[in-house]
Amino acid sequence: MSKQLTNWFRFASPQVFYPLAGKLIPVFWVLTALFGAAGLWVGFFVAPTDATQGEGYRIIFVHVPTSWMSMFIYLVMAGWAAVGLSFNARLSSMMAQALAPTGALMAFLSLWTGAFWGKPMWGTWWVWDARLTSELILFFLYLGFIALQASIDDPRRADKAGAVLALVGVVNVPIIYFSVIWWNTLHQGASVSINKSPTMAMTMLWGMLLMALCLWMYSVAVALTRVRAIILEREAHTDWVKQLREVAT
Amino acid sequence: MNWNSAAEFFSMGGYALYVWGSFGACAFAFVVEPLLIRQRHIEALRNLRRQAAAETLEMEHP
Repeated sequence: MSKQLTNWFRFASPQVFYPLAGKLIPVFWVLTALFGAAGLWVGFFVAPTDATQGEGYRIIFVHVPTSWMSMFIYLVMAGWAAVGLSFNARLSSMMAQALAPTGALMAFLSLWTGAFWGKPMWGTWWVWDARLTSELILFFLYLGFIALQASIDDPRRADKAGAVLALVGVVNVPIIYFSVIWWNTLHQGASVSINKSPTMAMTMLWGMLLMALCLWMYSVAVALTRVRAIILEREAHTDWVKQLREVAT
Repeated sequence: MNWNSAAEFFSMGGYALYVWGSFGACAFAFVVEPLLIRQRHIEALRNLRRQAAAETLEMEHP
């Protein structure tokens, strides 16, 4: 009996990962479109009007998914950075580098949509409360990670410095998540302002989950696309890059 | 179905600015980001080709 085991470490080589990522990207774009279409349909046409917030609550279908992704991407980024730091694996560090701008974008959109939700419901675009402030710090952590990496010329040293920053910043993620419990805040609690009727709650929840899946798939597609560009930039001196079909022609 | 007309849909029960301001910003970001990355990829390939051309020139005319 011959047992063929996949050697997963093989995929840690940029040379193997570059074409693999190229094949995976279209799959994730298709998933993004499917989940996005379903999520928008449920969010705008199936989920009913909220009893207290009217149609304004529909911001939830982008606000919550972008907020979730901003935290989730940070954890994944810090995880890759940690792998890169401890095993000296350059592809892992490139993954962390590829995730940072998308995470920063998600954090920004979370703050932006939060402001556009806060203005009509709370009467203000911004308050310095725990949830909002810790999310703003997350945005700054992303920017700090990007800026620190960009400021160090040697890419391997930049990876290490960035990884330390990313790992220290992880402490902020549970602070954001539990801020609504730990402090008195204007921001509502973890559960969505779901009405009493269970059918209503379900469609709102489904809209949110579908949009979150859409953004998740989007983030994977975008991060893989970006990491391919980073691989080309950082492996430009290697023979395998020079022999790539895209380059040789 | 929540809406009786397209106008009703776009007015979002008076919250048009806030709902479309949120969804619009997200839509804009999710269109622009992939375009920027594509540009970066094309740029990287162009640099590689330029470098390869320079190397062949150097080999032909040492």
